[in-house]
Amino acid sequence: MKKIFSRPECLKPTPFHYCPGCGHSILHRLVAEVIDEMNLRGRIIGIPPAGCAVLAYDYFDIDMCEAAHGRGCAVATGFKRSRPECIIFTYQGDGDMAAIGTAETLHAANRGENITSIFVNNAVYGMTGGQMAPTTILGQKTTTSPFGRRSNVEGYPLKITEIISTLPGAAYVARTSLATPAKVMATKKTIKKAFETQLAGLGYSLVEVLSPCPTNWKISSIESFKYLEERLELEYPLGVMKEVTTEKGS
Amino acid sequence: MNKRETILMKGADAIGEAAVRAGCSCYFGYPITPQNEIPEYMSRRMDEVGRVFLQGESEIASINMVLGAAAAGVRAMTSSSSPGISLKQEGLSFLAAMELPAVIININRGGPGLGNIAPSQGDYYQATRGGGHGDYRMPVYAPATIQELYDFTMESFDVADIYRTPVMILGDGMMGQLVEPIIVHEREEIDLPPKDYILNGAQERPSRIIKSLILDTREMEEHNWKLKRKYDLMRTLLPRYEEFMTDDAKLVIIAYGTAARIAKGAVKRVRSNGLKVGLFRPITVWPFPDEAVLSLTKKSKVFLVFEMSTGQMVDDVRLAVSGRVDCEFYGRPGGIIPSPQEISRIIERYWMQKEL
Ligand SMILES: Cc1ncc(C[n+]2csc(CCOP(=O)(O)OP(=O)(O)O)c2C)c(N)n1
Ligand code: SF4
Repeated sequence: MKKIFSRPECLKPTPFHYCPGCGHSILHRLVAEVIDEMNLRGRIIGIPPAGCAVLAYDYFDIDMCEAAHGRGCAVATGFKRSRPECIIFTYQGDGDMAAIGTAETLHAANRGENITSIFVNNAVYGMTGGQMAPTTILGQKTTTSPFGRRSNVEGYPLKITEIISTLPGAAYVARTSLATPAKVMATKKTIKKAFETQLAGLGYSLVEVLSPCPTNWKISSIESFKYLEERLELEYPLGVMKEVTTEKGS
Repeated sequence: MNKRETILMKGADAIGEAAVRAGCSCYFGYPITPQNEIPEYMSRRMDEVGRVFLQGESEIASINMVLGAAAAGVRAMTSSSSPGISLKQEGLSFLAAMELPAVIININRGGPGLGNIAPSQGDYYQATRGGGHGDYRMPVYAPATIQELYDFTMESFDVADIYRTPVMILGDGMMGQLVEPIIVHEREEIDLPPKDYILNGAQERPSRIIKSLILDTREMEEHNWKLKRKYDLMRTLLPRYEEFMTDDAKLVIIAYGTAARIAKGAVKRVRSNGLKVGLFRPITVWPFPDEAVLSLTKKSKVFLVFEMSTGQMVDDVRLAVSGRVDCEFYGRPGGIIPSPQEISRIIERYWMQKEL
């Protein structure tokens, strides 16, 4: 009998603690599969965030180093500069990446730091109980935007991925979604592309993944995939925003 | 530069050169006066020896870059001054929690707030009490000469590796700018514990984790006690101090760093007038050399603490003597550097007042 579904080697046999229908579970598996397929386990280091994925090191069977909330790209810089032979990735939520860690993220990208960021955009602060995130869309209700996000009070959703795509140091910048099985497969390909960019030494690579948080969106898992496709993808269009294929001089 | 020679060196350069010769592989920092000469020196020197110099986008980023490099297993350092050191506190807490070695140079300036760029000792509490959150301690060296700045910067990398802890060098603007002849020498090789915690890819070994999150309260308690045992060991092995003319001293002035240089001058002046006065100078301000201070109470009955602040180390002295002797205080905060004459007048005043 042919085995068609097995646990990636890079995932420990620990059941995920994530809520049912959470995008983190899907994404962890995708990242692990890519690491396996690219045979990177012996040289990869992951930097999980403060956020729902803070315990990512309980699941990934690779070297992992915690970072304080938002500081992932700075920690990753320290790693990459001292061990250029290693493959370094940060795994960050929207609060981590685009609020408290905006400076670290933008400057790492702008330096063309040869690292990869996997940016999980669920438009809320999951871990702390569903507060407003920089990426919360207009009208979206959260525990700290109970009237729905208003542009004149809470400001606009921040499109950090678009901003980063304008930076010369960024080599590969793309946004994907977990809304459908096809999009999940596309996400996996995109992550692979990002790691390939790092392997080729081309500069900073970023994959933003639109991801469901049924718990804090306060809807069912099924509805959350619909919300993802119908609302979030409208605000955050999918696609590759930047792709550099040749190394730049100094 | 040769292996071992005597040369004139500025404090900031001595720090940089000592770090390079201690095998520091990465420097990360953000400019702030009065310590800009350190990153400037490092930007040239690290390039020369083919190592990493990177100007971070902030002190927060810089200390976290240091953390990444330390977790990757290399020697790393950062430097800053008061407002910047405030921003590094989160990173210091994480380094302490994760038990990662790092060297932090703190060139103290006037404060609070932006304050000024003059030499100050107003950050003693922040340095010695663990300015970041959580139940941690950190070795802090307070050199008073450029030679010490060189020697302790070099040694702090070993201390950091031995105890797996961040180590701070506490100086002030005066220390950074001062030029003195010093002997530059290579680091002496010593046996260090193997770095079996570092992350460099799980190649032919189980994967590793470096983290500070410990949700289980019992495990967290155990981690806190484990750190405490380490700090107790440091308290036993690390304290350092200098005693100057204390043997027959009836009054001892206690000061560290730049203040101790001034105090030494004052002691020499009053000695020439026949006053039996000595100087006690803590070199490590954490761990504080409290046993040495306590044993001084057997011969001297009056202690005068002098700081370039409104009084912070004086708390440690009072704790150490626990009421056995009179402990007076004289301070000049705000970046004022008093002269040895001024301090000798203060000493003479207490000498009269206490009828010594
Ligand atoms: C300095 C600091 N401030 C605040 C927090 C609390 N905190 C932890 S995670 C988080 C936000 C999480 O949201 P996000 O980054 O979007 O990730 P998610 O949990 O949604 O995956 C916050 C505010 C913290 N850990 N550290
Ligand atoms: S709160 Fe949201 S992001 Fe966090 S685990 Fe649950 S579903 Fe996932």
